[in-house]
Parts: sequence; structure tokens; C-alpha cells
Amino acid sequence: MDENIIIDIKRLSFGYPGKPELLDKFELRVKKGERLGIIGPNGCGKTTVFYLIMGLLKALHGTINILGRERSRENDFIEVRANIGFLFQDSDNQLFCPSIEEEIAFGPLNFGYKGHQVKDMIKEVLNTVGLDGYEKRIPYTLSGGEKRRLALATILVMKPKILLLDEPENGLDEDAVDKFVEILQEPGLSYIIISQNRDFLKRTTNTLYTIKQGRAIMAK
Amino acid sequence: MIYNDFTSGDSFIHRFDPRIKILIALFFSIITALSNKIPAILSFFVLAIILVLISKLKFKILFSRLTIVNIFILFIWFILPFSYPGKIVFHIGSLQASREGLINALEITLKYNAIILCNIALLSTNPIFQLTHAIRHLGAPDKFVHLFFLIHRYAFVIFDEYKCIRDALRARGFRPKTNFFTYRTYAYLVANLLLKSYERSEQVHRAMICRGFTGKYWVLEHFALKWRDIFVAITIFTAITTLAIIQWMKIL
Ligand SMILES: Nc1ncnc2c1ncn2[C@@H]1O[C@H](COP(=O)(O)OP(=O)(O)OP(=O)(O)O)[C@@H](O)[C@H]1O
Ligand SMILES: [Mg+2]
Repeated sequence: MDENIIIDIKRLSFGYPGKPELLDKFELRVKKGERLGIIGPNGCGKTTVFYLIMGLLKALHGTINILGRERSRENDFIEVRANIGFLFQDSDNQLFCPSIEEEIAFGPLNFGYKGHQVKDMIKEVLNTVGLDGYEKRIPYTLSGGEKRRLALATILVMKPKILLLDEPENGLDEDAVDKFVEILQEPGLSYIIISQNRDFLKRTTNTLYTIKQGRAIMAK
Repeated sequence: MIYNDFTSGDSFIHRFDPRIKILIALFFSIITALSNKIPAILSFFVLAIILVLISKLKFKILFSRLTIVNIFILFIWFILPFSYPGKIVFHIGSLQASREGLINALEITLKYNAIILCNIALLSTNPIFQLTHAIRHLGAPDKFVHLFFLIHRYAFVIFDEYKCIRDALRARGFRPKTNFFTYRTYAYLVANLLLKSYERSEQVHRAMICRGFTGKYWVLEHFALKWRDIFVAITIFTAITTLAIIQWMKIL
């Protein structure tokens, strides 16, 4: 097994109950350091692929290998979630804590970090996303762009091996997008970005896929 | 409903151990609710006001909260005095207000406000996570802890959805009238609200799972019971107990 493969999806099928199959023999492989883009029409199943990788939905057929092990049961995915940072399409759904510091601390505390360690981690990650000194602010009073950056901070703080970003640039102004691109420039990051914005994908990714008839194919 | 408006303050009460605060609030509420003598209830009311003063809450917000709650109390004043047998004090037409009815209404008003004030002073001065965590440390069952946190979180979600749908209706020129169209629109609104809230709560739950949530709530700052906490706790408990004993031994 190649050590460098982070995600390896084989012959995966999935459909929502009572609907035709959305993904059919879907295949996708992501290696360490890869920066992958997914583009495609509304409703073609982009977000669904992310849910399947995170174990939020269960595949009907096929296998999902993550970090060298096959993942199928709920318990397999707990380790996956500690290592994959998922940025939701809508940041409002991702933020649920009464203060920014607790919001960022939520993940690390769940994975067993101690309070004083977490405080340092919060400071560092807020600096990375350019929200220094925001510790005590209330998440839902932030602007859309700030919320997105906070949501990014909540996943970066876990030092994930790979990021899954669902339309991260959507609704951000030019400056915020530039800032986002800059954060993603950091060497060593691996990620998959879903986006409708070809220009943004050009700046951030080097391989581009689209989903056609339930399968991922290289896009031009 | 515990809002976050009060949590940011920095008073003695804010720094007080949340576990003890919950116990005091519970004890205070039960004893006050069971009280039935005006002087005793009045002293609990004063005690609650003292707690509010110590915790230096923003009066404007506090006042608006109290107003909302007391609207319900207002109805009691319209009904109770006129439906209670006893010595007639005054009458409006054929409606006769009894002395006992008025006293009863006054008792309820004082009790109600005392309990609300005490709970605002003690409980809303903590972030929801601390309270949730404290409840867990006090040995509450996991299901209850869940319910406590999720009700808080989803009440906001539902309210946000409501505002969103309402604004969308307004933006399309909807004006409520008393006709079938209005009722049908409201029915859609409620149905939509339920559906969307359900969807959103599912998303929030997913987000929690993605960040390693397995059913336990952790806090950033741990509680440390200090001597000062214990001292204050004993003082307040003694005060409440003394007041309770005095009234039930019929000393008052
Ligand atoms: N919980 C659900 N139950 C039933 N059908 C669903 C559910 N969630 C999504 N779908 C359907 O599955 C399809 C794919 O949804 P998905 O969210 O993956 O699309 P997407 O490619 O991310 O679209 P977009 O570009 O709009 O974000 C859609 O047709 C959608 O209606
Ligand atoms: Mg999507």
C-alpha cells in the first residue's frame, strides 16, 4: 500500500433514499501534497462525496480507504475526523459555540488535548487566519467572511492531514478570497476544493475533476 | 432562555463556581416556590435583587427580559383577584375583587420575579458550555445534559430560520390580513420552519461529529472550587434555609 495515498475511493455507489443513484462506481484517489479541485453543476453530488468521506453518510457499495485503512463503520471514522478537516458549504451550520475561543477549542478538547495546550493552539490558529485577538467575540456576530475564516480556523487547529473545502470562496469579497488563497499557499497542505469558480480553482489547485453521471472525470 | 448577553461581565458572581451556582439556583427556586407568606417571599425577592446587584448585570437588557415575563403575570392580575372567595375590597360592575385574591396575585408576582432574577443572576452569567459541563459534573444523566445543551442551541437555529422566512415573505410583499390566503401562508411558514430547522439541526450535528463529538462536553477552563466559593455558598444556603425555617415554624 502506497504510504502517500490519503484517500482512496473505489467503485463507490450512493443514492439518497427513494432517489436514483447519485454516485455510480465513483473513484477518486488523493495523495499527500495534492491540491485537487472539483467543479460541476448544482446537485451533481459534490457535497455528497465529502459527506461520504467524513462518514456522515454510508456508501451502498464500494470501499473507502483513508490513511491506509478501509473505513466502513462509525468507529472507523472517528480517527478519520481527527485527520480530515471539513469546511461546510454554509459556515453558519458549522459554528455553534457561544464564543470564538470555545468554538476553536471544541475539536481539540474532544480529541483529548488539555486546556492550557488548547489556549496556545487557539492563539496560533487565529493568527494564521488573520483574526488575532478575537478570542472572546461571539461567532454569530461576525461577518460572512470572518465566519468562513473562523470555520477554517476550527479545522486548521487540528492540523489535519487533508482539508475538504466546500465552496470556500463563495460569498467572499476579493480581499477575503486573496487572503484565503494565501492561507492555502502554505507548503505541505493537501486539500480538495469544491467550487464553481474556475479562476479561484486555477489559483489554488493543480488537478481539476468534474462529476458526470455519478463519476469523477478529469476536467479540462 | 439563557442568552449570552450577560456572560461577558466580570463580577464576583461571574467567577463563582458554576456547580455551586446551579445548586443554589435550584434550592432557591424550590424554596421560593413553596413559600406562602408575603414577608418570607419578600425577603427572597430582596435576596434575588442583591444577587443581581452583585453580578452587575446590564439593567437595560435585564429590564426588557423582565417586562416580557411579566406580561404573563399581568393576566393573573386580571383573573385571580376576581375569582378568589374572601373579603371584598372593591368591585368593577358585578366583578368583585377579594383581599385574598389580591394577596395571592401579589405572592405569585413576587415569587415569579424572585426566581427569574435569581436564575438570571446565577445562571446566565456563565457560558452555556460551562453550565452544561457543570450539570454533567453534578451527576445529571447524559440524556438530560444533551437536552439542556441542544435546546439552547436549536432555539437559536429555529429563531434564525423564522426571521429568514419572515423576511423572505415580506420581501415578496406579503401583508398579513384575516383571510384564507394569510392563514395558508402562515401554515406554509410553520411547515417550512419545521423542515428547515430539522435540516439545519442535522447539519449542526454533523459539524459537531466532524470535530470529534461523541456525546461529552468539555470545557476550556476547568472549575476549581475555592475556599471563597465554599464560604459564599454556605452563607447563601444558610440565609435561604433560615428564611425557610422561620416561615414554616410560623415565627413570622
Ligand atoms: N438529505 C438529502 N435527502 C435527499 N436528497 C438529497 C439530500 N441531500 C442532497 N440531496 C440531493 O442529492 C443531490 C446532490 O446533492 P449535493 O448536495 O451533493 O449536490 P452538490 O453537487 O453539492 O450541489 P451544489 O453545487 O448545489 O452544492 C441533489 O439533487 C440533492 O437534491
Ligand atoms: Mg454542494
